[in-house]
Amino acid sequence: MSTIVYEKSKGLTDTQLHYCPGCTHGIIHKLVSESLVELGVLGDAIGVIPVGCSALAYKYFNCDVHQAAHGRAPAVATGIKRVRPENVVFAYQGDGDLASIGTAEIIHAAHRGEKITTIFVNNAIYGMTGGQMAPTTLIGQKSTTSPEGRSEEHSGKPLKVAEMLATIDGAKYVERVSVDTPANVRKAKKAIKKAFKCQLEGKGFSIVEVLSTCPTNWGMVPNEALQWLRDNMIPYYPLGNFRDFEEGK
Amino acid sequence: MTKVLMKGNEAVGAAAIKAGCKYFFGYPITPQNEVPEYMSRELPKVGGTFLQAESEVAAINMVYGAAGSGGRVMTSSSSPGIALKQEGISYIAGAELPCVIVNMMRGGPGLGSIQPGQADYFQATRGGGNGDYRHVVYAPASIQETVDLIMEAFDVADLYRIPVMVLGDGMIGQMMEAVEFKEPKKRELPEKEWITTGTKEERKPNIINSLYLEPDELEEHNIRLEKKHELITKKEKKFEVSNLEDADVVCVAYGTTSRIVKNAIEDCEKEGLKVGLIRPITLWPFPEEVFDEINENCKGLLTVEMSMGQMVDDVKISAKGRWPVHFLGRSGGMVPNPAEVVNKIKEISGGAK
Repeated sequence: MSTIVYEKSKGLTDTQLHYCPGCTHGIIHKLVSESLVELGVLGDAIGVIPVGCSALAYKYFNCDVHQAAHGRAPAVATGIKRVRPENVVFAYQGDGDLASIGTAEIIHAAHRGEKITTIFVNNAIYGMTGGQMAPTTLIGQKSTTSPEGRSEEHSGKPLKVAEMLATIDGAKYVERVSVDTPANVRKAKKAIKKAFKCQLEGKGFSIVEVLSTCPTNWGMVPNEALQWLRDNMIPYYPLGNFRDFEEGK
Repeated sequence: MTKVLMKGNEAVGAAAIKAGCKYFFGYPITPQNEVPEYMSRELPKVGGTFLQAESEVAAINMVYGAAGSGGRVMTSSSSPGIALKQEGISYIAGAELPCVIVNMMRGGPGLGSIQPGQADYFQATRGGGNGDYRHVVYAPASIQETVDLIMEAFDVADLYRIPVMVLGDGMIGQMMEAVEFKEPKKRELPEKEWITTGTKEERKPNIINSLYLEPDELEEHNIRLEKKHELITKKEKKFEVSNLEDADVVCVAYGTTSRIVKNAIEDCEKEGLKVGLIRPITLWPFPEEVFDEINENCKGLLTVEMSMGQMVDDVKISAKGRWPVHFLGRSGGMVPNPAEVVNKIKEISGGAK
C-alpha cells in the first residue's frame, strides 16, 4: 500500500513551468503558494507578477493576478491593496525589475509602509533577456554586458537591497534567504510565511530577498550554480533578518 | 439645482466624486495641483482613498492596480507628467481597464511652461505609449462641460473597459465659472466579473494582463480591441457645429481656443461675413463625418490651436482635399486673440472688407 507523502501545492495551477533546468524560481513559487495555503489565504490572495523570467507566473499561481509593467509591481500592488485592504496582496519581482528599473517604486512602497508582501528573487543577472549585468551582479562576474567581469570603477558595487530597505521605517519585515540547500529552503519558507503574517497583522511592508541561481546565464550546470551561489553570493549578500516586527527590530 | 462658482480643477474633483470615483492617485504638477489637493480633502469624506504617489509613473501603475481590482479610479496631471504616464496608459488599454485620466495641458516640449497649451493633441489622440491602442479623449471648452464630461467619462470607461482622457488646459483648470452638477444619462453598465477580488477558491483566477507571447493570440487580441474602437467611433462622437451650410470660412477649434474663435466669428458676422464652426468635443473619436456638411463653395477651413499645428492633421484628413485647410497657432503659453483670428478669416474669405 502506498501513502502520499508529498503533493503539489493547490496554490499552483497545473500549467507546466517554463523555467530552465536548475532554476530556483520553481522552488520559490512552491514556497509562496504553500505559505498562502497554510495560512488559509489562497482565496484572498492577489498576486502581482513582474517583467523578467517570472513574467509568465500569472499562469502558475492559482490566485487572482495582475501582470505589471517592468519594475512597477509595488505601485500596482499598492493600487490593489488600497481598493481591497481585506485581501492578501503580494508582488513577485526579480533583481532587474526591483533593484534597477523599479527602485523608486519599491522604496516608496516600503516608505509608505504599504501592507503588501514582496518576494524578491535575486540571481545577480538579467535572465529573460539573456544574461546582462544587473545592479546585483557581483564584482568580477561576467555577463553579456560586462564581458570582462563587473568592475567597481565602471559600474559600482552590487546593490544590497535587503540592507537598504531595512533602513526604512515602513518596512516591518526584511529578511534575506537562500534556496541552495534543503535546510535553507525550509528557512526561506518560514521567512515567506512570516512576511505574509506581517501583512495579515497589518504591520506594514514586508519583503523576503531570495538568493537564486541562473545556471543558463551563469554558464554552469545546476549543482555548480548552487555551489557558486554559496561561495560567491552568500559572502556578499549575508543571509539573515534585517527587520522583524515581532522582535521590535 | 443651483449653480456654484468653482475653479476648473476643483470642479474636476467634485464631478469625479459625484460620479462615484473612490480612488485617486496623483503627483503634483502645475497647473493641475488643485485636483489632487481637492481629492485629498474630499475623498476621505466619502470613504474613498487619495494617495500621493512618488511619481507619475507610480501613480498610473497604482491606477492599473486599482482599476483591475474594480475601483472607480482617476488620476490627473499636466503635459510632462502625462508623458510619464504613457507606459501605464498603454498597459491599461492593453489589459482593458477602465479609468479616467485628466490632462490640464501646459506649454511644451520638455519642461515647457506652466501656461495653457494644446500641444498634447498628438500625445492624446495618437497614443504616446507603445502598441495598437486608442483611448477616448474629451476636450471640454467650459467648466460646465468639464464637469459633464468627467461624469460621463467614468461610465464610458466602464462600458467599454477603456481609459478615458479629459483633455483640458491651464485655462480650463485655473479659471472659475458657475457650474451645475447634473446626472449624466443613464447607461447600462455590465457587471465587472473580470476584476481581481480573490478567488475564495470558488472560481478560476482572474488575470489582469497585456502579455500575449503567441503571435496569433496577440493579433486576435488586437483585432478585438480594434472592434471595440470601431464601436466607440460609431457611438461616442461628440461635437458642436454651426453655419456649415452657407459659411464662407469654417473654423475648427477645440477647448479653450474654440471660445476665442466663437468671439472672432461673432465679430466677423457683425461685418457680414458668414463663418462656420466645427468644435470637436471628442478628439478621439474625431468627428470626421461632420465635415461632409460643409458647403462646397466654402473658401477654406481655418484650424486654430494653441500649438504649432497638431489637430490640423485630422482636419486635413476629414476635409479630404475638398477645401484648402489653413492654420493659425500660438504656442508656448501664448493664447490667440480674437482680432488675429478675424484677420485670418478675412484673408481666407478674400481679403478685408
